[in-house]
Amino acid sequence: MAELKIPVDDEAVIRELKVGDFVELTGRMITGRDAAHKWLLEEPREDVAPYMKGTMIYQCGPVVRKNPDGSYVFVAAGPTTSIREEPYEADVICQYGLRGVIGKGGMGQKTLDGLGRCGAVYLHAVGGAAQVLANSVTKVERVFMLEEFGVPEALWVIHVERFPVMVTMDSHGQSLHRVVEAESRRKLEELLGLETL
Amino acid sequence: MVDPDRLTETFLEMIRRASTELPADVVEALDKGREAERRDSLAEKALVTILDNVDLARQKVAPICQDTGTPVMWIHHPIGVSTRVLEKAMVDAVRQATARQFLRPNAVDTLTGKNTGVGTGRGIPFLHFEEWDSPDIEVRMILKGGGSENVGAQYKLPDNALGAGRDLEGVRRVLLDAVFQAQGKGCSPGTLGVCIGGDRVSGYEESKRQLLRPLPDVNPVPELAELEARVLKEGNELGVGPMGFGGRTTLLGVKVGVLDRLPACYFVTISYLCWAGRRAGVRIGEGGDVTWLS
Repeated sequence: MAELKIPVDDEAVIRELKVGDFVELTGRMITGRDAAHKWLLEEPREDVAPYMKGTMIYQCGPVVRKNPDGSYVFVAAGPTTSIREEPYEADVICQYGLRGVIGKGGMGQKTLDGLGRCGAVYLHAVGGAAQVLANSVTKVERVFMLEEFGVPEALWVIHVERFPVMVTMDSHGQSLHRVVEAESRRKLEELLGLETL
Repeated sequence: MVDPDRLTETFLEMIRRASTELPADVVEALDKGREAERRDSLAEKALVTILDNVDLARQKVAPICQDTGTPVMWIHHPIGVSTRVLEKAMVDAVRQATARQFLRPNAVDTLTGKNTGVGTGRGIPFLHFEEWDSPDIEVRMILKGGGSENVGAQYKLPDNALGAGRDLEGVRRVLLDAVFQAQGKGCSPGTLGVCIGGDRVSGYEESKRQLLRPLPDVNPVPELAELEARVLKEGNELGVGPMGFGGRTTLLGVKVGVLDRLPACYFVTISYLCWAGRRAGVRIGEGGDVTWLS
């Protein structure tokens, strides 16, 4: 399994990734989900931007423990459903120079186009695998918007080691989710004896 | 007379079990799914990760999934036990479970967007009380995650596009459509909790109650047992697979209940439970003795 260091300086590294590849991520990334995506596009967030450039946004609302010394530990940290960020994600990727999105369930055409245009990938983590994934989080560096958004929706800057993901949408217009949907639609039509839905 | 502190302690332990220990029948079904998948496929890898995760959660006494969902509880109580006392004990238990990270702070003020921070809020947890003749208190619960809740659906029959009339064949058709529509977004392989009939209130409640049934449980109504088995088989033939990666394991179970309906209405209500089908239960005897239910 290939290890990918993040942030990624070289766009060509991302362009080499194809649907079906397994990758383990090591380095720094940031979490962000519903409230964060909306907030990131309301105006340029200059304090957060350096933590996004060249890395991945992890669509995750973790369970977090605060230690007596004020530091944080990720107790459980699987991905959330990505499709809710479909209206925002392509713009977040291109504006902030992200190289990828980590989530679950796949995203749509607008995001797929954004991946191609700005050189990024969609990485699928296993939904619900909150312990396996939390084990790969080695450090919580800092957090943005904790007070305003609460624990699940805050933007957490984290360090990960060999964080396991699968490429299901790449920068060449390929999407595993589109393929599975088309095949299952054909099968549904066959089971129901319908021409086309 | 029940001791409120003891109740809270017992409910907290039930919530801990629900969040960190996946029931044996669900683990077994996931393992069977793993065996059915092609070697080295994405589907097999997803199920291996899921099974590793289930083990790890149990060992670490930590949530299986970070989305610890809505605690949905059905509480049976004897005559004379105050439902307000039971409710307070449960709310306290949910708050303590949140403080100890068995649950995520999962209640957000819908108008302000602010998280309550304590795991409880208006309508959270969801409690359903029923008085019964037994002297015992019994609670059965699920933790219902948000991703899977978003792919739930309520169909009204007839549905012309799906060729679904007001009969069990019509029900079969909309159930298969719901599985197709969900794709991997509800964290497949999932379990369908279904209510045929009822209205837009009772339908969803009954569909969730069906999710308390262990996976091997066979419906006592023969035509519903047949429907459950058929939709399970055909749902898996759709090939959505674990996480929507494609594969043979799309559903772990289908559980169907029935309520009576108005002449004008024929609802089919579906609650989709993600692979992390977190159930737990407890029975508290008159003398305070505790029996854990699965």
